[in-house]
Amino acid sequence: MPFSWEKRLTPSKFMLLAVPCIALLLSLLFCGVFLLITGRDPVEIYVAMISGALGSTYGLSETIVKAIPLMLCGLGISVAFRMQLWNIGAEGQLYVGALAATWLPLTFPALPAWVMLPLMVCLGMAGGALWAFVPGILRARWQVNEIITTLMLNYIGILWVSYLVYGPWRDPKGLNFPLTAQFPDAAILPFWGTSRIHIGLLLALAIVAFLYVLFNNSRWGYELKVIGSSPKAARYAGMNITRNICLAMLLSGAICGLAGMTEVSGIIGRLQPGLSPGYGYTGIIIAWLGQLNPLAIVIMSFLFGALQVGGYMVQTLGVPAAVASMIQGSILFFVIGAEILTRYRISYTGCKGGRSDRE
Amino acid sequence: MKSKYLLVMLVGLLSTALLLAGCGGTDKKTSAPAAEKTKVAFVYVGPVGDAGWSYAHDQGRKYLMEKMPDVQTTIIESVPEGADSERVITQLAEQGHKIIFTTSFGYMDPTINVSKKYPNVVFMHCSGFKTAPNVGTYFGRIYQARYLSGIVAGKATKSNVIGYVAAHPIPEVIRGINAFTLGVRSVNPDAKVKVIWTNTWYDPAKEKQAGLSLLDAGADVIAQHQDTPGPQQAAEERGKFSIGYNTDMSKMAPKAVLTSAVWNWGPYYVNVVDAVKKGTWKSEQYWGPMKDNIVGLAPYGPMVTEETKKAVEDAKQKILSGQWDVFTGPIKDQSGAIRIAEGTKMSDQDMLQFNWFVEGVEGTIAK
Repeated sequence: MPFSWEKRLTPSKFMLLAVPCIALLLSLLFCGVFLLITGRDPVEIYVAMISGALGSTYGLSETIVKAIPLMLCGLGISVAFRMQLWNIGAEGQLYVGALAATWLPLTFPALPAWVMLPLMVCLGMAGGALWAFVPGILRARWQVNEIITTLMLNYIGILWVSYLVYGPWRDPKGLNFPLTAQFPDAAILPFWGTSRIHIGLLLALAIVAFLYVLFNNSRWGYELKVIGSSPKAARYAGMNITRNICLAMLLSGAICGLAGMTEVSGIIGRLQPGLSPGYGYTGIIIAWLGQLNPLAIVIMSFLFGALQVGGYMVQTLGVPAAVASMIQGSILFFVIGAEILTRYRISYTGCKGGRSDRE
Repeated sequence: MKSKYLLVMLVGLLSTALLLAGCGGTDKKTSAPAAEKTKVAFVYVGPVGDAGWSYAHDQGRKYLMEKMPDVQTTIIESVPEGADSERVITQLAEQGHKIIFTTSFGYMDPTINVSKKYPNVVFMHCSGFKTAPNVGTYFGRIYQARYLSGIVAGKATKSNVIGYVAAHPIPEVIRGINAFTLGVRSVNPDAKVKVIWTNTWYDPAKEKQAGLSLLDAGADVIAQHQDTPGPQQAAEERGKFSIGYNTDMSKMAPKAVLTSAVWNWGPYYVNVVDAVKKGTWKSEQYWGPMKDNIVGLAPYGPMVTEETKKAVEDAKQKILSGQWDVFTGPIKDQSGAIRIAEGTKMSDQDMLQFNWFVEGVEGTIAK
């Protein structure tokens, strides 16, 4: 091979900038060829996708609406991932957060908004935190693999929601359909004007600021990083690993639980199955692409929101949903795949006759 | 530092995107078609290729296009019932669609919400119960067709165990299972109907697996309330029989399918669009009977006997006459207690909130 991969000592700043752009262009080209072959006009489709997501006030507002739960899940996940705790249970934490928050308006529908909403936020965060704490303590005390436990708890959390919605919490006036009663107005998050952008956006941005300070300027943020990259060194330095694992999982789950609360209270206005189309899983990709950096996660979740909102608009041109997902998928594939170029460079070793050839 | 660069790059990207979008917008306006076509949109919960629920609606849309060439249709498929549906419906209304059919129960609240912002658009929601001045609901009495398909199954079973793969324990599905069971036991009082819940409308592999489990449990006919032909294929593989749903599923399992309880949305869609164009449309709750041909049975498979066909035809005439309906007493529940007295017809209201099984069903409803 005349080419070889060479690791960059520091990630290339130019590449950080250029690679995603080039990857995006390449993926659009790739899909364009496919679309041309199947007899469709790629430019028209891309324009529909972009204008659907960003080309109007409404589209833009909906992209933000979509970005809120993605952002919260991405942020929650990043806390655990910083410590190399692989919390892939954001989906379940979201559902349990939604469930815990729903309990309040169903049990005390007459509370005024200024009591109801803060309590719902607390309950949502507590629900998510509890759901993440279980794998956290298992991991901290007995080294149980958290990938398995967080994943399994997703199913349990989602099934709990189904159980309550099909059973005890079913709306008595809902003709036995699996929906809880609609929340009273006091349990609905305030929103901007006629859009669906709710105050959850501010909560999410507040968490961004909090995490930014936590990760960069706090002792605990530093401990997270050290424990993540070298548990032995951390123990030698006298850091309490058990406690920190539990704390990181609690915080991670609380933020994901908040995503569930804002979704039921800000968007749907009741608890129902199918609450999240996989926000907790997309959040993993977002956290990863954002390199666990809170600010980058904000941008990534906005882009993912746009990608998903635009994906539906493509269908109005007669493109099947499968092709829309294919476009979304290949954009991701190229962007994630190209990320390697920021950390490695390809060096040409051919003409000098690489050393490896002679030996 | 890293994030700063990212930010710069993404802002750049976004502004290019916006620019592009702006250009695209103007292009489109100039190329708007001169002929005024009525724009009609359909929102589907599954892919149209599911060969089931969404496919049946899409067949209805194609029928509409054929009968009314001055209608232009748009479809959006695989739309989740949560936050996404409200946006999709809004954007369709925004694009100038005059009639929007939302074809899944979970679109109920989103449809009502969007309808308030677009008073001049007609919204038709399938299978729900909320209406507004510009929102009507529509559905069909598929339970009548299920009763008939139950007769076919009851005649075909030898083990006297019939399997039923069911999606969610909601009234619509429970009503279907009950009607089917009454049909089965009208010709075969010893037969039982075993129910498995999948908790999904659309999951071909899981639906098939549920069918196989029922076959393992001794069933020799498989019926279903699911959106894909998965359970039919399970029966085909094992050399057993099956009853399809939504559309004629005999193509997917030619040796197994006895018949299918099918939807026939096309004529109804034509009526609605026609009424809207003439200005005679009014919001109503339409629950179409078999008499309107919105529900029915698909052609029989070659294995169905003449005797069975005769039994079905007799029951069909009884239903079409309007004198008798499927849920006419005496009907007992699973415990053997009489729930509908002899000679009484169950009211529509009670049927719409069905939450108990009739005698002969083996299964439970989560309470």
